[in-house]
Amino acid sequence: MKTRYLLSVYGRQFGTLFGLIALSIILWILTPHFMTVSNLLNVAQQTAIVAIIAAGMTFVIITAGIDLSVGSVLAFSGVVMATLLLRGLPLGLALLAGVGTGLACGLINGLLISVGRLPPFIATLGMMSVARGAALVFTEGRPVSGFSDTFRQIAVGEVLRIPAPVVIMLAVYLVAHFVLTRTKLGRYTYAIGGNEEASILSGVNVRLYRTLVYGLCGGLSGLAAIILTARLNSAQPIAGIMYELDAIAAVVIGGTSLIGGEGTVFGTLIGALIMGVLRNGLTLLGVSSFVQQIVIGSVIIVAVLFDMAWKTNRK
Amino acid sequence: MADPEEAQFFPPIPVTDSPSNNKFELVLRMQHIRKTFPGVVALDDVSFELRKGEVHVLLGENGAGKSTLMKILSGAYQKSEGKILIDDQEVDIRSPRDAQELGISIIYQELNLVPHLSATANIFLGREPVRYGGLLDRRAMNQEARQILGGLGIDVDVRSPVSDLSVAQQQMVEVAKAISLDSKILIMDEPTSALTEREIKELFSRIRKLKAAGVSIIYISHRMEELFEIGDRVTVLRDGKNVGSHELSEITTADLIRLMVNRELTNQFPKVRAPQGSEVLKVENLNRRGSLTNISFVLHRGEVLGIAGLLGSGRTELARALFGADNIDSGKIYFKGKLQQTRSPRSAINSGIGFLTEDRKKQGLVLVLSVRDNVCLPSVDKFSRYGIVKGDEENNAAGKYIKELRIKTPSLNQKVTYLSGGNQQKVVLSKWLCCQADVLIFDEPTRGIDVGSKAEIYELMNQLTASGVGVIMISSELPELLGMSDRILVMHQGRISGEFTSEEATQEKLLHCALGE
Repeated sequence: MKTRYLLSVYGRQFGTLFGLIALSIILWILTPHFMTVSNLLNVAQQTAIVAIIAAGMTFVIITAGIDLSVGSVLAFSGVVMATLLLRGLPLGLALLAGVGTGLACGLINGLLISVGRLPPFIATLGMMSVARGAALVFTEGRPVSGFSDTFRQIAVGEVLRIPAPVVIMLAVYLVAHFVLTRTKLGRYTYAIGGNEEASILSGVNVRLYRTLVYGLCGGLSGLAAIILTARLNSAQPIAGIMYELDAIAAVVIGGTSLIGGEGTVFGTLIGALIMGVLRNGLTLLGVSSFVQQIVIGSVIIVAVLFDMAWKTNRK
Repeated sequence: MADPEEAQFFPPIPVTDSPSNNKFELVLRMQHIRKTFPGVVALDDVSFELRKGEVHVLLGENGAGKSTLMKILSGAYQKSEGKILIDDQEVDIRSPRDAQELGISIIYQELNLVPHLSATANIFLGREPVRYGGLLDRRAMNQEARQILGGLGIDVDVRSPVSDLSVAQQQMVEVAKAISLDSKILIMDEPTSALTEREIKELFSRIRKLKAAGVSIIYISHRMEELFEIGDRVTVLRDGKNVGSHELSEITTADLIRLMVNRELTNQFPKVRAPQGSEVLKVENLNRRGSLTNISFVLHRGEVLGIAGLLGSGRTELARALFGADNIDSGKIYFKGKLQQTRSPRSAINSGIGFLTEDRKKQGLVLVLSVRDNVCLPSVDKFSRYGIVKGDEENNAAGKYIKELRIKTPSLNQKVTYLSGGNQQKVVLSKWLCCQADVLIFDEPTRGIDVGSKAEIYELMNQLTASGVGVIMISSELPELLGMSDRILVMHQGRISGEFTSEEATQEKLLHCALGE
């Protein structure tokens, strides 16, 4: 009975997790180097940035929305923070400014959608272009670089031998899981995506909470921007192109329905890891990056086909 | 009219038994039609005949089986038993397409047009004439569309999108479609509900033209006065049975109403009167453009105030306005003597109003969420501090209502989508009990739920009133209103057209009032 309950709630995640494990074993057989601690940490580190964005994207997609602007918001947040840092703003404040820029962009998305009643696709498509343009204007198209070692620790530092970005990613996921399952914001996120009208008639301030969800997604893009800037030791106005698609793919592979109302952040984490493992393994195997795109695209499609078969089966 | 008792009750109504009428050509005969849905008999041995060139009115309360019968005829449903004959040939209607090919067209109340396509495109949708193996023959289509619409006396640009046309004109586009399909039988479901007086006159003159051209029309409407103007014969359905077909010239409105509402008296309403307390809700001159006009009433603690009225009479609009879901243009709402200043569902809930919506699945529940999450959705504030929800308190509260209301669910975590209609309704009720509402608005509280659950819902209403809650019950089922209300308001076209105590109210009086007579 207990197992059946767990299976009914988390069965879909077990499926994805099983896929990740199977994929890892296959890669282990094909290329022994894959299953070394250093390589696995490397995969986790490479996955961290997209995974953090995807955590925010999960919230947005559970409300039956979409955020196409995350890559551009990341670039804009990165250059704002970097510029302030180089102009001598204390590290802590500069980091806050980075997250704050992302948050502000996200809140604007949210207001356009909930108060302006724009479809999420359109509002964030606009923001995608505006934030990218703003990043280019702000830097006159040039990368911003030359940071202190302290700042760079965010990317190269380690906690108990685990790279700092991985630690941040795990922290984000723990908090995101907590928020989604244990707080009002999380409860309303599911309710809005599950049935907006019933939520309004239950007294949920749908406008407010929807705006907050987009704000959260933007803020996490800002956080990802900090890690990316520290890792590259440079903030690029053209950073993060196509990240929105990777993030959406991670969410969808993780079993969150684009129709809204359902999904988990741990599914998304596994989804992001599947993509990271796949990229890493294919690179180790010497598969060209052109072919990699074909493989990853196919994996997304197959994962969703499985997902739909799973859901039809349960009806 | 097989029932001798019934015949005794209605001696003045002459019965026309059609088989003897040889002078009329019958285009359609539906014989002994039976339709069952799981657990429900929607139609029980219904026979129906349609003459060539007549307007035959189909009358009955909501749920009497009119639309089921018409859906069987138009191919949307399959009959369980019975025969359908068209021009004396037995036919098998398995899909809307079959119906179309047999010359049957149906025009629904909510028109079925593609708004952004032109009148022409809508008329020919799905059977466009083509040339050169694939190119649309636009000229031929436009020409035919113009010809048909012109014949109906409608002057519109057939190439402009139908969304630019008035409702009456859109309706005529549907009629034109039926004509171009060469329909012999046209079903019109409440065709006048969205039309102005003048448009209705025009519609009627066009219906007469169609009649003259030999088209037979089945006409569904609740508006008594217009039935006599446009109809030739009437068939009344009640509880899934045909209770008689009559010439409209030989029957009165009063007879028809009696035929429609007569029902066996059973003790399905376990009403217990609660002592009436202070005024808990007072409404003064509520106005909302297009739906509510000068609504004033009071509700006391311990009282069930029934609201009767036809679909579109403003019943649901009133509930939504009270709950803050829709804006009002003017008027005052006092709750426990205090004027409501802000208007939103949140502030209504905070002051103690709960709203059980008419459509559970679309408005009442988040189907993908669990029983617990749904029960606690409006009151989650109560169970949280600093935005963090205290899970065990929520579980306790939800568990309590599951037990008290006997909600059948394997666990708190079950998604409500897997619950039966009656249990879903109890979940909705739990939502508002959990908020400790002082006023509960039930909009069609027992729609689509089984008899056993209905009785349980009524019992709960008794318990609520006994504990001092004021209940507003909107319902299309007159027996339910009569059985459970202490007082009944009747609405007609956005106004309160009558008020009755439960002693003086009868189905006939309510219906007369609801029809605006």
